[in-house]
Amino acid sequence: MSALLEVEELQVSFGGRTAAVRGASFRVEKGETHCLVGESGCGKSVTALAVMSLLARGGQRTAKKMSFAGTDLTSLSDREMARLRGNRMAMIFQEPMTSLNPAFTIGSQMAEVLTRHKGGSRAAALDRAAELMGRVGITAPGMRLGQFPHQLSGGLRQRVMIAMALMCDPELLIADEPTTALDVTVQAQILRLLANLKRELGLSILLITHDLGIVARVADHVSVMYAGEVVERATTAELFRSPQHPYTRGLLSCVPVPGRVQRDKPLGSIPGVVPAIGPGFAGCAFRSRCAHADETCAREIPRRQAGDAHDYLCRLAPDWAELQPA
Amino acid sequence: MSEPIAIQAPQPSSASRIGTAGFAIGIAIVAIVVAAAVIGNALVPQDPFIQDLGNRLKPPFWMEGTQAGHLLGTDQLGRDYLARLVYGARISLLIGIMTVITSGLIGITLGVLGGFFGGRVDDVVLFAITTRLSIPVVLVALAVVGLMGSGLGLVVATLGLLLWDRFAVVARATTMQVRNHDYVSAAWCAGASMPHILIKEILPNIASHLAVVATLEMALAILLEAALSFLGLGVPPPLPSWGLMIAEGKDYMFFSPWVIMIPGVALAVLVLGINLVGDGLRNLLGSERLR
Amino acid sequence: MLRLIARRLAIGVLVAFTVMTLAFLLTRLSGDLAVSIAGPSATQADVEIVRKAYGLDRPLYVQFFAWTGRALVGDFGQSYFFKDSVANLILKRLPITVTLGLVGLSLALVISIPLGILAALRENTWIDRGVTLFTMVGQAVPSFWLALILMIVLGLQFGILPISGTGTWQHFVMPGIVLAFTAIPALTRLTRSGMIEAMASDYIRTARAKGLSRARIIFKHALRNAAIPVVSIAAVQLGFMLGGSIVIETVFALHGVGYLGWESIAKNDFPVVQAVVLVLAVFYIGLTLLADILNALLDPRLRTG
Repeated sequence: MSALLEVEELQVSFGGRTAAVRGASFRVEKGETHCLVGESGCGKSVTALAVMSLLARGGQRTAKKMSFAGTDLTSLSDREMARLRGNRMAMIFQEPMTSLNPAFTIGSQMAEVLTRHKGGSRAAALDRAAELMGRVGITAPGMRLGQFPHQLSGGLRQRVMIAMALMCDPELLIADEPTTALDVTVQAQILRLLANLKRELGLSILLITHDLGIVARVADHVSVMYAGEVVERATTAELFRSPQHPYTRGLLSCVPVPGRVQRDKPLGSIPGVVPAIGPGFAGCAFRSRCAHADETCAREIPRRQAGDAHDYLCRLAPDWAELQPA
Repeated sequence: MSEPIAIQAPQPSSASRIGTAGFAIGIAIVAIVVAAAVIGNALVPQDPFIQDLGNRLKPPFWMEGTQAGHLLGTDQLGRDYLARLVYGARISLLIGIMTVITSGLIGITLGVLGGFFGGRVDDVVLFAITTRLSIPVVLVALAVVGLMGSGLGLVVATLGLLLWDRFAVVARATTMQVRNHDYVSAAWCAGASMPHILIKEILPNIASHLAVVATLEMALAILLEAALSFLGLGVPPPLPSWGLMIAEGKDYMFFSPWVIMIPGVALAVLVLGINLVGDGLRNLLGSERLR
Repeated sequence: MLRLIARRLAIGVLVAFTVMTLAFLLTRLSGDLAVSIAGPSATQADVEIVRKAYGLDRPLYVQFFAWTGRALVGDFGQSYFFKDSVANLILKRLPITVTLGLVGLSLALVISIPLGILAALRENTWIDRGVTLFTMVGQAVPSFWLALILMIVLGLQFGILPISGTGTWQHFVMPGIVLAFTAIPALTRLTRSGMIEAMASDYIRTARAKGLSRARIIFKHALRNAAIPVVSIAAVQLGFMLGGSIVIETVFALHGVGYLGWESIAKNDFPVVQAVVLVLAVFYIGLTLLADILNALLDPRLRTG
């Protein structure tokens, strides 16, 4: 079954010099939630923006392959891409407080997506908007149509963003850290909502996050990013059960698990900081922080398989962890 | 969405390099005018006040009929144009600086007091600013000079008493930002007195913003003085204020347009230079925030 | 929001009163009014007659309250030199000044807003720097000088416009252009910075993510937000224009309120001077109030949610 979204060797640079993304490859299958996970600055948000062709001025992208439902995204003009956006591919962002235009009503901002892509009357669009708002759990949707964004709380605004993204019944929803700016209880509600929508509408979701807890909760497949590269890909269960890349292992060891953490042992952490990647950088970006690095890590790194649908970028052979103390 | 950590500091784009060029040009212009004001009349052999009615309205050196010894020609009373122009630079700069000092003192005092103390004091300051803004400045300045007679000192005093609003607004806003900073509280706790805090802690931190305002207000003062002198209610003749030179030349402008062109261009260039300096200062400031 | 407006109105009234007082004191600056009115060749007896006739022998505060009391009902007294009541004089001239102001402002907006948008969309390119240079030069050129230049070029060389007087609509063209010039730099810069800020905002990113057309994003989503401060500043600019029209009206001999102010200063016609200052101040106060109202109307966040 061919994937809904296929990205191979995506590279994004700004100003022609700095590489924000140096090699991202992943697939989002139909009807699944795919998580792109990594720490701040690893390039995951830029990846999502690049897919949607929403990069800021000065950003350039290249990819060996980037296709959505069979259509090659790299060959589309701006106008053709705009016809896809909001229509078959939708995106929601991290900051619901500022992502809506303060000068227009919720209803008009939602309606314009539908009338833009599918035509029809404004009244019909407003009806659909109200229906969708009800679907995402917003009470009194009719009243909300006439309200302005500043009259809603953060959680409500994010629900509006989700409803707005669904106006044209998209096949793919890209969610860039949708719950990071919300408090924990609201986070859980939003995640639950997304899971329900996926089920009811057959929606495919590409979820960008830095939170492994979210990954564990909602993801079917995971791609781990570090310093602009996807360093490991696997199903969620597989990733948590048997992480291969030293970075992933480090990440997982940082997450304290109730019952397993011992009082007198220090919490896990990865020593060092993310290096600045200039042009002409070769080899593994993690080597300065990796306990297992050697001089081959400065050269091209092989992509290894560790089971089907599980691969990672490292010189170490699969299941190396079993051969060495943790 | 966070920036990728790997991004390096961006190089200045072509446009911001132009911005620094603008600043340099502004400083150059102001420097030239200041030099002209200070030593100009020593270099130009002619006296700006001596009339020569036999040599009226001689054109400048690039036109026909020009007279030797008068590089920029003569005005309607035969006085050397270049000498008057150079002297006029002195007047413009003097008025600009004196006005800015006066209005600055008034405006900064009001603004700092209002911004620092807040409450009733601030209400009064805001009321004063609003009232000042409602007053038609040119009209009132004309009225004052018209009723009390023209003169350099009077013009400076009038403009100084009228043009303090922007100083007050900026001083107030920046003081309000700065007064909450930790070093102010630290000084309080260390037992510093009120005047000490105002002068030693607040003022130095708002000074750079006020410098920008000072350049803008200076440019405005120069333009206003020119307008007042043009209408005959500013600097009294025979002092060669550029505005006055334009007024005097107005009657001849259709036949000898250079008589109004030259001082007008001089005014525009000086004001442009000062504004470029102000903008350059503002850009410099923008890259560092208030500590 | 109504409370805000009521408060501003109250302050505005207080300001108007203060200006009234200042205007009154202004005309008393030159010392003995009776002497000025009577003229340089008057005898002591003439001066005394004048003093009594104009009520200048009463104590200052009595004169003040008398003037204020009548001013509140629109009676500004009689002009010393024109054979008319001050109120009539002003009323006759007001439409000219207001027309000039509106012409100037409209022209300024028509030029500034597109220029500002263009500069913002082409930020940091040569077009942007060109626009910035244009605004800087515009701020540096003295308006009365520009007026003279236009007179020479448009009035004399091409002979297409009258260079002075009032009467036809053509008389408003050159003064309107000059007046517009005083406002274009500020309005252009404001539009430009507002658009730059708007286009960089998160809600514009959302609009792009929705696949909206570029035109809709710029003119509906961005401009709508960028325009809010521009509109209210424009109202305030109009206030400045009305107050500053004196120079332009005088150069072009356009018989508006500003010109009236100029004439009455020259003739020591104090009641007129006082009244003109007050009227212009009241207009400014009214326009700033209008600016606040416009701001509240255009920005939903300012109306109580």
